[in-house]
Amino acid sequence: MSEGRLRKLILGDTQADRVVPPSGFTAQLTLFVSGAMAFLTVFALALSMASGRLADQWASELARAATLRINAPAEQRAAQTEAVLEILRQTPGVATARALTGEEQAALLAPWFGASVPVGDLPLPQLIEVTGDDAGYDAQGLRLRLQAEVPGAVLDDHTRWRAPLVDAARALRRLAWVSILLIGGATAAMITLAANAALAANAQVIEVLRLVGALDSYIAQAFIRRFTLRALTGAAAGMLLGMIGVWLMPEASDEGGFLTGLGFQGWGWLVPLLIPPLGALVAFAATTRAATKRLGELS
Amino acid sequence: MIELENVGYNYGGGELLNAVSVQLAPGSFHFLTGPSGAGKTTLLKLCYGALMPTAGRVRAFNMDVHGLDRDQMAYLRRRVGVVHQDCRFLDHLPVIENIALPLLVSGRELSHEEANLQELLNWVGLSERAHALPPELSGGERQRAALARSVILSPDVIIADEPTGNVDWEMSQRLLQLLVELNRMGKTILVATHDLSLIRAAKNQVQARVLRISNRQLQLAGADL
Repeated sequence: MSEGRLRKLILGDTQADRVVPPSGFTAQLTLFVSGAMAFLTVFALALSMASGRLADQWASELARAATLRINAPAEQRAAQTEAVLEILRQTPGVATARALTGEEQAALLAPWFGASVPVGDLPLPQLIEVTGDDAGYDAQGLRLRLQAEVPGAVLDDHTRWRAPLVDAARALRRLAWVSILLIGGATAAMITLAANAALAANAQVIEVLRLVGALDSYIAQAFIRRFTLRALTGAAAGMLLGMIGVWLMPEASDEGGFLTGLGFQGWGWLVPLLIPPLGALVAFAATTRAATKRLGELS
Repeated sequence: MIELENVGYNYGGGELLNAVSVQLAPGSFHFLTGPSGAGKTTLLKLCYGALMPTAGRVRAFNMDVHGLDRDQMAYLRRRVGVVHQDCRFLDHLPVIENIALPLLVSGRELSHEEANLQELLNWVGLSERAHALPPELSGGERQRAALARSVILSPDVIIADEPTGNVDWEMSQRLLQLLVELNRMGKTILVATHDLSLIRAAKNQVQARVLRISNRQLQLAGADL
């Protein structure tokens, strides 16, 4: 497309615009459809970004933290704990290792037993909190060594919990992206239908324009411009409403869990701004294709 | 200008025209006559490329019409002014914008053509009606507006299909006058009509040749009209 044509498409040629009669109702429909689609896209985008964030967070937090449990008779517990801490100090990739105190363990159990039960008197296993550094440690190697030297120690690196959660979050993100693609496709399909209807309704106008020597590109441009601008306006309104909707969601909190984390963070708020131009691009491509095909069929 | 060479046209149901050969020389004035349904409109459409011949060749401005793509066809339409039988206006635009439509679609700056447009409106006597919508015009006004639109790009050839079909004798005289004036300015004119008195009236003012379609053939009519 030449620079002149592009400029005309954006700035418009008011005289050329009048050549095709205005179409009130279909124009409203195109606006509504692109607005609704943009609104849905904002939510799909928020879902995809939130689940992506969640997957990353769970993956990294849980990967680094692990718990070591020592089941041993009370008299051996201190010695075994010391031995395990020694092993952990020697293990590359372990940043910190700390045995939980009796009070801390009691606090962890308090939600189940209540504050009045003297959990300190129970033969509880000793827990050791292990935090890996960024590089991480070899969990399998550590397990083998512990098995040989301190048979009572069991390493729980949370893989069991982590993998399904991360998988679920990633699947959610994939679904959100598929939804966005489907919304884009549906928008293109609906605008193609609308453009075809407009071209058919204006068959007489197109014929007259051809008779007085209009090029196909001139005729097509009148339609393309209309639908592109409508899609842009509709999508901008839909996006704005969608963003207000996301903004009104409650703040992310531990109590709300995943649901309240649904939204945009930081630069993420700028991503939905891409929706109107992309919607306009979809409309532009769909109308161009419909107009070129239609006009080619005319004599 | 426009040259038909052994042109035949077949509607699928049967042959309408057969072995038609004619040359429209620059500055010539031709009438095309014949009974209704003889193929006058078809022959005109062949001349400006709205129909393709099923046999023979049509050449316009030394180009074979058959080989033209859609864009080249649009450029050809700008060089041939056509007054259609049913005028063909955009009904939602006022007369003045309809007349200026060829300027608009060929990308001319309308503000530069304002004076020409006014002069043209005066010439066809529609200055008063410039802002009326086409459906509000009378038959004669529509025909004159169509003629004005056909000449606005200053084409070399003007083709008119029954321009006096729906108008009274006085108005048809006026339209003929406009066509004669255009011919005197050097334009090539081809007018389809079944109105023999119009042809007789024209013969007093301009050297017009009369082509008649009969039996699917084109004949040069004698001076007996």
